[in-house]
Amino acid sequence: MDFGVIFDRSVFALFADQSLILALAAIGLNVHFGYTGLLNFGQVGFAAMGAYGIASGVTYLELPFGVSLLLGIALAVLLALLLGVPTLRLRADYLAIVTIASSEVIRLTARSAEFREQTGGSSGLGGFAQGFYDLNPFGPGSYGIGPASYDSNRFFLLVVGWTLVVLCSLLVFLLMRSPWGRVLRGIREDEDAVRSLGKNVVGYKMQSLILGGVFGAFSGFAFALANSSVQPDNYGTQFTFLAFAAMILGGAGRVIGPVVGAILFQTLLVLVENVLIEAKGAGYISDAVLSGNDIGAVRFVLVGVVLMALMIFRPQGLFGDKKELALDAR
Amino acid sequence: MPADVTKTGAGAAALAGLEARPGVPKPDPILVADGVVRRFGGLTAVEVDHLEVQRGVITALIGPNGAGKTTFFNLLTGFDKPDEGTWAFEGKDLAGVPAYRVARRGMVRTFQLTKALSKMTVLDNMRLGATGQRGESFFRALVPGVWSGQQRGIDERARDLLVRFKLDAKASDFAGSLSGGQRKLLEMARALMVEPTLVMLDEPMAGVNPALTQSLLGHVKDLREQGMTVLFVEHDMDMVRDISDWVVVMAQGRVVAEGPPDVVMADPAVIDAYLGAHHDAPLSAEEEQAQLSAAEAELEGGHA
Repeated sequence: MDFGVIFDRSVFALFADQSLILALAAIGLNVHFGYTGLLNFGQVGFAAMGAYGIASGVTYLELPFGVSLLLGIALAVLLALLLGVPTLRLRADYLAIVTIASSEVIRLTARSAEFREQTGGSSGLGGFAQGFYDLNPFGPGSYGIGPASYDSNRFFLLVVGWTLVVLCSLLVFLLMRSPWGRVLRGIREDEDAVRSLGKNVVGYKMQSLILGGVFGAFSGFAFALANSSVQPDNYGTQFTFLAFAAMILGGAGRVIGPVVGAILFQTLLVLVENVLIEAKGAGYISDAVLSGNDIGAVRFVLVGVVLMALMIFRPQGLFGDKKELALDAR
Repeated sequence: MPADVTKTGAGAAALAGLEARPGVPKPDPILVADGVVRRFGGLTAVEVDHLEVQRGVITALIGPNGAGKTTFFNLLTGFDKPDEGTWAFEGKDLAGVPAYRVARRGMVRTFQLTKALSKMTVLDNMRLGATGQRGESFFRALVPGVWSGQQRGIDERARDLLVRFKLDAKASDFAGSLSGGQRKLLEMARALMVEPTLVMLDEPMAGVNPALTQSLLGHVKDLREQGMTVLFVEHDMDMVRDISDWVVVMAQGRVVAEGPPDVVMADPAVIDAYLGAHHDAPLSAEEEQAQLSAAEAELEGGHA
């Protein structure tokens, strides 16, 4: 068993693109769920809007790269309005139902043969990322520290992406300590009380849905650029639930929670996967117990067990405040 | 009694000569409701033909469980929509106005089940009540300089109110850690942050321990001294008698009586509404005898 390989691959995963994508999606969910109490089970829909915004924008509409970024953001805002107008007046669970359904509608529409020209159907789109990588100021070569070294283009994406994570977190920090954020937290606690104090609750929920949705679109940008392609089946419901897991692992309603949660969650997955691979390679696990093909699935089972243990022993997440949670029991 | 008049204020004096009948017009009404009807399926929960609430006094809304008091509150404050009817606050029509705009116009309510925002501090609860905050708009929120000055003023007002309600020591605690009675106090104080002209309290005394009741009563009276109008729902008759200038009685969705507390509480229609007709008519000797023999006959029958 080569612990060096396990260590190297885990360190590589810390700030790799999967962590980045998850972090951006989780920051958005944190605005929705952690601060406003909106149950958005369709964050992947916003990510798909961002991803297809740049992919279809560049390849089908032949827009410049920068303009298709704006298109992706505009599509996410549009989706937030479409979802919010009918559901934000209703109880929280209606939003949950509508968002999870709509994210599947988006995926199935994107992969349908009908829209092959615009979205590439089930095979997706590629060849749109050049506009981004043309901006890469780093020359060819390898960048980073030790095992966390990436090639030039990947490094450029990560630098831009994590800068975006910092900026988004800063934005959330500034907003949530302002009176605007106070109204949001009030809505999370009891929207009727906030309404009785003269606040336009539906308006605030809509603003929150849009803001978190735009962060979701950012994660879609990162996803599309990291793969240099968009595959509709990458935008299934599991994306949303991984982001939820990351946010809750870090602590909902904390600025830093979703970011640290995403990094830890993704690294944990890679760590468990590589431990299994190495243990199997060294003959500690026989084929009868676990075949090599099953490792990808079993790592989720094991990480799930870790998450369950966390929920039992530290239900508030890593950065949450246990006192807050105790209040719910009253 | 002139002393009594000064105690209850000028508004109450204006009510002195009024006839005690449902829907009686008041000299200076702040709130007027006409033909407000709310049905839940086949059940008519509220059917108020006409009601006026006098400015500057404490009006109690009483009635048995299920009389429609809270539903009527919800309708007036925009938390529920009636099937028919119009109502006006300060002469301006309120029908169809959303709840948050009703509050901004100065008609603020509290809830029967207290809605303290548990995971926010007591001070943050209070701050939320202030209206017209610049920092509550998305873009201005990003520049603390725009709203921090206003915030200091709000904080000062909030702390003054907390001192009045004896919650100042709790300012930085989570609202969820307060006792039931303290939450009622916080909710009332928070409503005052909106600077209302009409305060609507839904069962302010429910679940409050007797030691706090007196202080809560004092706070409600204070509101009137400060020129606010109070409309409250309550079950505790002693409290109603103690602080209200005018009492409105609802039963089965309708206003069945209104008038000064003493007059209303002696009204047979009110006693009927609460306890049912003939609840305390004594049994005559003949009736007693008849019941006794009926019971005996039943016992005999059982043995046979």
